[in-house]
Amino acid sequence: MTGLATNLRVVRALGMRSIRQTFRRPQLMAPIVVFPTLLLAIQTGGAGAAIHLPGFPPVQSFLQFMLAGAMMQSLMLAGNSGGIALAVDIEMGFTDRLFSSPIPRFAIVLGRLAGTAALGLFSALWFLAIGLIFGAEIVSGVPGALIAIVLVTACALAVGGIGAAIALRTGSASVVQGLFPLVLVVLFLSSAFFPESLMIQPAQAIAEYNPLSLVVNGIRNPMISGINASDLIDAVLAIAGIVVLGLVLSARALRHRLRVG
Amino acid sequence: MPAIVVEGLERAFDEVLAVQGIDLAVQEGEIYGFLGPNGAGKTTTVRMLTTLLLPTGGQATVAGHDVVKEARAVRGTIGVALQEAALDPLMTGRELIRLQATLQGIPTEEGKRRADDLLERVDLSAAADRRVGGYSGGMQRRLDLAAALVHEPRVLFLDEPTTGLDPVSRKTIWEEVRALNDEGTTVFLTTQYLEEADQLADNVGIIDSGRIVAEGTPESLKAEIGHPHVQLTLAEGSVAQAEAICAPLGRLLPPKDGKKVLVEVENGAADIPRVVRALDEAGVAVESLELVRPTLDDVFVEKTGYHLEEESEESAEKEPVEA
Repeated sequence: MTGLATNLRVVRALGMRSIRQTFRRPQLMAPIVVFPTLLLAIQTGGAGAAIHLPGFPPVQSFLQFMLAGAMMQSLMLAGNSGGIALAVDIEMGFTDRLFSSPIPRFAIVLGRLAGTAALGLFSALWFLAIGLIFGAEIVSGVPGALIAIVLVTACALAVGGIGAAIALRTGSASVVQGLFPLVLVVLFLSSAFFPESLMIQPAQAIAEYNPLSLVVNGIRNPMISGINASDLIDAVLAIAGIVVLGLVLSARALRHRLRVG
Repeated sequence: MPAIVVEGLERAFDEVLAVQGIDLAVQEGEIYGFLGPNGAGKTTTVRMLTTLLLPTGGQATVAGHDVVKEARAVRGTIGVALQEAALDPLMTGRELIRLQATLQGIPTEEGKRRADDLLERVDLSAAADRRVGGYSGGMQRRLDLAAALVHEPRVLFLDEPTTGLDPVSRKTIWEEVRALNDEGTTVFLTTQYLEEADQLADNVGIIDSGRIVAEGTPESLKAEIGHPHVQLTLAEGSVAQAEAICAPLGRLLPPKDGKKVLVEVENGAADIPRVVRALDEAGVAVESLELVRPTLDDVFVEKTGYHLEEESEESAEKEPVEA
């Protein structure tokens, strides 16, 4: 077996462990599925009339608009949960088992990210299913759904990189868990739950430059209006930027961890 | 050929020098006991030798590979079971060993076979599909040991493998370590238990405050500090009288509890009749008599000025235990 094949097998095995770990630990699963689903239900039930506001993008229903936001919330919390799980591994010494094995150490981070990406995929499928069950239309059909699945999966991997970097740097699950409210703040300061055009300043300016808005728009627009190449490119570039940032920070944090033990 | 060679190895954490330029060599097929109290530098040394921590000075090779320059090659030849059994409580025992096999690059089917064999070997087959979080401390240690063996390592590092275990579990681990060594595995074992080092180790290094203060076989270390002594408890007669009688027979050691007379005897048990006869002839009645051989604790006291196990117990009392 070649070195690359062995490394891929390691990444797959660690990714599978990461997924099993999430499903076996309810406190990791709840933020990914339960909270965003509840928020989606509350918002669509309580604020559905918002679609009649002047300037609100034309949509079939508030649920159709909110699906992308719920996916975004879920994937962000999947990244956060991945970071918490990695920090728990560090705290209980499990990463020592991994670091003392003859595999490239970055494969350990990639394994964790593969698991987070798989949870992103699960999240995309879950919310698409909820949307379809409750009558939300996906305007661009199957291609739009596929775009949403790919972007959510890729963005989960990207955000997971940031979570992994923080976990490796701090080695503390409580620190990573403490970022949970920050994740929500960053989300609310994007177009995830409300159109940018209806926000007041400075929230509108922040949302405009928030890369998460680009990702949300890339996921949402195929659902509510149609596929737009420009939106798609912006979303891919935003995800690529977060991926690069996450991987660079993770690599630095990994070196730091090995230096300090 | 030595399996482990350490020269001037150092590790500083900010201003604190946790390991202060140690030298040691462990021969192929040997069990090396690294003995010292909590905080002496044992775990820091093991973490450097297993490539989990970069040294700040000196060098070390394991199985002929430099721990810094050829870290990955080192990791391919070693098995590691660290102080806190590094187990995921949500995994089953079988999942853990199979994952470890994958990490070692063992093909899937072969990994499954080895996992079954190892679980059988450490008597965990019946619990193999239960989550590790439900295992007892002894079972977790055995699983950790099994995981460290999945790739048949040349050198096995065991960091305090029996700390916190009950006597029965401790003996089980000892038997397994002996069996592994009989199969040719070199074992580097850290411990704070004197009996463990005495029972298992071919050679012992005693570390205190980051420095190796003594090294040798357990027997040679004990012989270095003196001969056995006879400990007499008197039924009647004074300690002073008994000491006066015994003085020509061997070096007198400070009396214990003010009642027990301690006489160092050069020839061990062979000298006991001389002592008994002399006391009997002088009419001194002895209640009990015991031949006491030097222990590794005596060696530790001689080299550091304090008792290892008292220190370990005190440290254990001071350290908070995670619930």
